[in-house]
Amino acid sequence: MLPSLVVAAIHLALTLVLPPLLVGIIARTKAALAGRQGAPVWQPYRDIAKLLRKGSVISTTTSWIFLASPVVGIAAAIVASLLLPMGGHRAPVSFAGDLVLFAYLFGLARFFTVSAALDTGSAFEGMGGAREVTFSCLAEPALLLGLVVLVRATSSLSLSTMLGPQVLAQWHVAAAALVLVVISLFVVVLAENCRIPFDDPNTHLELTMIHEVMVLDHGGPALGMILYGAALKLFVLGAIVVAIAVPVRTGSLVVDLGVFVGAMLGLSVLVGVIESATARLKLRQVPSLLVGACLLAGFAVALSAR
Amino acid sequence: MSAGKLARTRNGVPLPRASVPRLDVGELRRAVLDAASRGDRLVALFGVPCEPGRVELHAVLADDSEATLRVGTAVVDEAYPALTPECPQAHLFEREIAEQWSVVPEGHPWLKPVRFARPARSGRDPFGRKEGEAPVAGVMDYYRVEGNEVHEVAVGPVHAGVIEPGHFRFQCHGEQVFHLEISLGYQHRGVERALVGGPDKRSVHYAETLAGDTTIGHATAYCHVVEALGQTRVPARAQALRGVALELERLANHTGGLGALANDVAFQPTAASCGRLRGDFLNLTAAVCGNRFGRDLVRPGGLSSDVDEALVARMLERLDAAMRDVRDSVELLWDTASVQARFEATGIVSVDDAEPLGLVGVAARACGLERDVRRDHPSGVFRLAYIPVSVWQTGDVFARAYVRWLEVQRSAVFVRDLLESLPAGPTRVPAAALAPGSLCVALVEGWRGELAHVGLTDEAGRFAAYKVVDPSFHNWSGLAMALRGQDISDFPLCNKSFDLSYCGFDL
Repeated sequence: MLPSLVVAAIHLALTLVLPPLLVGIIARTKAALAGRQGAPVWQPYRDIAKLLRKGSVISTTTSWIFLASPVVGIAAAIVASLLLPMGGHRAPVSFAGDLVLFAYLFGLARFFTVSAALDTGSAFEGMGGAREVTFSCLAEPALLLGLVVLVRATSSLSLSTMLGPQVLAQWHVAAAALVLVVISLFVVVLAENCRIPFDDPNTHLELTMIHEVMVLDHGGPALGMILYGAALKLFVLGAIVVAIAVPVRTGSLVVDLGVFVGAMLGLSVLVGVIESATARLKLRQVPSLLVGACLLAGFAVALSAR
Repeated sequence: MSAGKLARTRNGVPLPRASVPRLDVGELRRAVLDAASRGDRLVALFGVPCEPGRVELHAVLADDSEATLRVGTAVVDEAYPALTPECPQAHLFEREIAEQWSVVPEGHPWLKPVRFARPARSGRDPFGRKEGEAPVAGVMDYYRVEGNEVHEVAVGPVHAGVIEPGHFRFQCHGEQVFHLEISLGYQHRGVERALVGGPDKRSVHYAETLAGDTTIGHATAYCHVVEALGQTRVPARAQALRGVALELERLANHTGGLGALANDVAFQPTAASCGRLRGDFLNLTAAVCGNRFGRDLVRPGGLSSDVDEALVARMLERLDAAMRDVRDSVELLWDTASVQARFEATGIVSVDDAEPLGLVGVAARACGLERDVRRDHPSGVFRLAYIPVSVWQTGDVFARAYVRWLEVQRSAVFVRDLLESLPAGPTRVPAAALAPGSLCVALVEGWRGELAHVGLTDEAGRFAAYKVVDPSFHNWSGLAMALRGQDISDFPLCNKSFDLSYCGFDL
């Protein structure tokens, strides 16, 4: 076994480097399915680098909240990632109850994003904030209920154990519940990351946006950080789904991490395929799908409570 | 039966201005209301300057069932009793008259500027602005809903996409729209005024650029006016090719529009391919005249270019190939549940709203109103060849999309038939000088709907006035109605389903 410090370093490196690639792969998949060549998968890295080099204009009506929001977004996602095991190997930080911290780190980031949106005083951004808060009220229970199933199955309150080597064994005893959890969490990943059918990350129509409209006033480095933070969030939430759905735990760091990274890339392709095949939901129907995800997770809890 | 006091004519048939009855304004009002109550549509209502300081109102109505047009005039000074309270389809025309001529339509319930242009005649400002104050686009009193939970959202005039400028003001309760007010005029260029004194070298170019996506349609309508006033007989081959060009314009815009609708609901397959296929149709037009939008093609007296047999064969082949792809791509829209969930029951305009508002074209046909100039007031090749009217009943986004799809299919068949049986002969004859003291109304069914051009000549055979009514002029009100009670997030989709022109409205 490698010393845990090295594992932690690899963990952190993957977390910091990989996320924009996922965004690039989604875009590339969509392009391929639309018959276009598409931008290279490295494009998000270039975009972020470009934005970080730019200057920015900041509205005089805004306060420090406006600039704090992108920083909090990235910080929250990085801290959350430190709680999450990759490929079944213990996360750099773990303690009993870390799953609650994990869930609410995203709550903190959301609080700042919405506050920054309201800070601008724009009618659009307020509308986006209202939508974000409404929908996340419904996405959060689905995430927590999904985690409750794992808590019951593994009798642990730490993500490192819940998503660790025991997951494979759980598929033998509680496959039905886990299938429901995977579907429910996948819906949460799509909703939380503003993917179709919940939101359209490529649209330019501000009246239809949920997340993008809240960051309309950010530009330059702040926007670059928001894009990077969004990619991190996709990575971290996606990693939970992958940890449950691909329970390959060989014990070899290289193999496990290889499988993990491969599965993450596969997840991106899947998101790209879904985005290519369906239209967006009517905004009013978004809650129905999220409630559906909550119900699935609820059934999973009921199944695992037998 | 006061409608009988109006002069009768037909699409593209000139009248001596002397034979158009000059009524008392009360009589004209009664005649127009009477005709409208019997189902006539108000095609145009506009002012023309006459004796010093006065304005002659011209009303043009269309009786679709008898293919006739009715025209009447009346002279007004400072004010006249508005038609709008009893005839809502006059509402924008009367606001336009107030703006252009400082004539107050008394009793108009919604008297606001249309294009924020300076009046062409001095007088009391009908909108209560201070003397000498230059109008600024978008600066007016907007309708407001007050209340704790009501909020206002303002969109534009600068939009996120590469589209034209327009200002939209929503009164919302949460996600629900109570009311949408649309304020345009940012692209007002004064084309109508520039056409006065013509026709000259520039006139046809002005007509082509009234609305760039309706180049063929507007140029054809303009040429119909000039040819009718000059008694120029356009060769049959030119008329047939104009029909081909008009329908190709419809094919390109409808295909592009269906793709844009798919894009607005984030449905990638159709969005991606329709964008390309629109180009295929535009390229067919380019094959005829060298320009994808048909600039420099339609000219008074005929066409600037001709096609040979080899080109016709190539066009037929490319048309068939494009139609095969369009069919695959568009039918995916109707077969995909997630798309239908967005289209159906979104942005409904009832026929009870559409008719009084005087909607035209696709927007009207999607509400079940069978209005199509190609059938009701045929001109050019449409007098000889019939193209079925495409109608749907539900008045929602789906209906507007589906009517466009029906029209794509029918236009493709029509173009094919025309190309296969093109009459021989020249494509252009010299256009004669215009008859003096005459009036002519030309209606053409552009891809959005009815394009109305009214030309009036003076004693020297020059345009004394030229009135253009783009279908967008009627239909923007339909969009505002469609948004009542809708989600604000569905506005872009509703807007795209109407697909209206800003510059065609702003002129």
